[in-house]
Order: sequence, then structure tokens, then C-alpha cells
Amino acid sequence: MHLVLFIIFGGLCVAGALNLLFQRHPINAALSLIVVMSSLAVLYLLLGAEFLAAAQVIVYSGAIMVLFTFVIMLLNAGREDRTHGSKAAYLVGIPGAAALFATLVYIFLSYRTQLGGASIGNYLVTTSDLSRVLFRDLLLPFEVTSVLILVAVLGAVVLARKEH
Amino acid sequence: MVPIYYYLILSAILFSIGVGAFLIKRNIISVFMSIELMLNAVNLTFVAFAHHWHQVSGQIFVFFVMVVAAAEAAVGLAIIIAIFRTRATLDVDRIDLMKL
Repeated sequence: MHLVLFIIFGGLCVAGALNLLFQRHPINAALSLIVVMSSLAVLYLLLGAEFLAAAQVIVYSGAIMVLFTFVIMLLNAGREDRTHGSKAAYLVGIPGAAALFATLVYIFLSYRTQLGGASIGNYLVTTSDLSRVLFRDLLLPFEVTSVLILVAVLGAVVLARKEH
Repeated sequence: MVPIYYYLILSAILFSIGVGAFLIKRNIISVFMSIELMLNAVNLTFVAFAHHWHQVSGQIFVFFVMVVAAAEAAVGLAIIIAIFRTRATLDVDRIDLMKL
């Protein structure tokens, strides 16, 4: 059951990410990124992170991607052109990403005997567990992030404002 | 039961695709979206290790990454709007000078 769900939603993740890579129109890339983020929410649920699964859907595939699609439609972004810079990026970027992938997979596979397995219900972090740590031990960082959000909102308003 | 390293390899795949897209894409919004993809891949690694060690702190870290990513998206998209307003292009190859 767990393996079947992992294969379905992991496959959706990879398919969405590859679609993001190959689509030349930003709105298609944004929609495939929503697929990736929603499938990741299911994977979080499989790993016992129920609060993060909900937050992933609400914050990432909800708020952030709505902001992205809004900006794409506001700026009327069309298909991207191939330029001289993109040739160099193809020559360096694809081998570089492949090398990074090979290194990461080699490291993970060499430690695979020490890593255990995950099964549904084996380990579940409820929202109360998470909030107990967040509001008791990490209260100061939590409050600092609220200040960060306030500064970001003010900065976004100032930057996007029309200058007279 | 699914081994934890399946999740880690999945996140490595997503991160590498994000790096490739970051280098290949020419539209500034697509470049920004590949950064979000890389952040998500790292979040999956955090959740997988939190499950492996039975520690809540990994998930707390993902929570903070989400908060910072939301702030980053708001400011970044505002910067993109400001760039488009002054240069009328979204092509990163044509945005290579700091002065107008």
C-alpha cells in the first residue's frame, strides 16, 4: 500500500518536474509545479507529517503558486526564446545537474543499510506535538519569522508600487 | 514498507531537475519557480530524516523553510514586477546591467 502510493505520487512529482523543465511557456511550468507540490503533500502524509502536508497544500500550492500565476498573467509573459546564453547553459547545465544527481545518489546508496524504512502509522507527528516544540522551545524564532513576514510584505508593497 | 533512501533519491531527482531548470530557463519567472522546486526537494529530505530519527526538529525546520519561502516569493515577485516595469522584458539575458 505504502509502496504503491509512493510510486504513484513520486512518479507524479518527477513527471511534473520534468514538465517544468521542458515547457517553454511559464504558465504551463507554474501549473506543473502545482502538481509537484500537491504530490509532495501526499508524500509528507506518508512520512507522518500531517501538519506539514496541510501547510504544503495551503501555503505552497495555494498561496505561493497563486501569486506566481497572478504575476505571470499580470506581466503577460509569453514563450521564452532560445538565446546564445541558453546554448552555454545547455552545455554546462545538463552535465552539471547530472553530476550532482550522480553524487547524491551514490552517497544515499552507500548509506542505505544504515537507513531504515518508513511505514504508515509507524511515526506520526500531530499538530500538538509540533506546536508544543514551536511555542515552548522555539518561541523566539517563531516571533522573529512573523517580523520577517511583516518586513517582506512591506518590501513587496514598496517594490511593486508605481513611482510618481 | 518503503526504504527511506527511496525518498532521498526522489528528492535528489527533484533537486537536480531544479538545478537544471535554473540554468536552462531564460524567463525570470521560470528561474524563480525552479528555485521553489529545489526548496521543495530539500524539504522532502528534511521530512524523510525526521521520520528516520523520530525527531520533530526536522519538521520544525521545514515549517521555517516554508515561511521564509513565502516571504521570498512575495519580495521576489515584487522585484520581477519592478524589473518588467523599467525594462519591459523578462528575459534574463537582456537583464545584465544594474543601471538602466
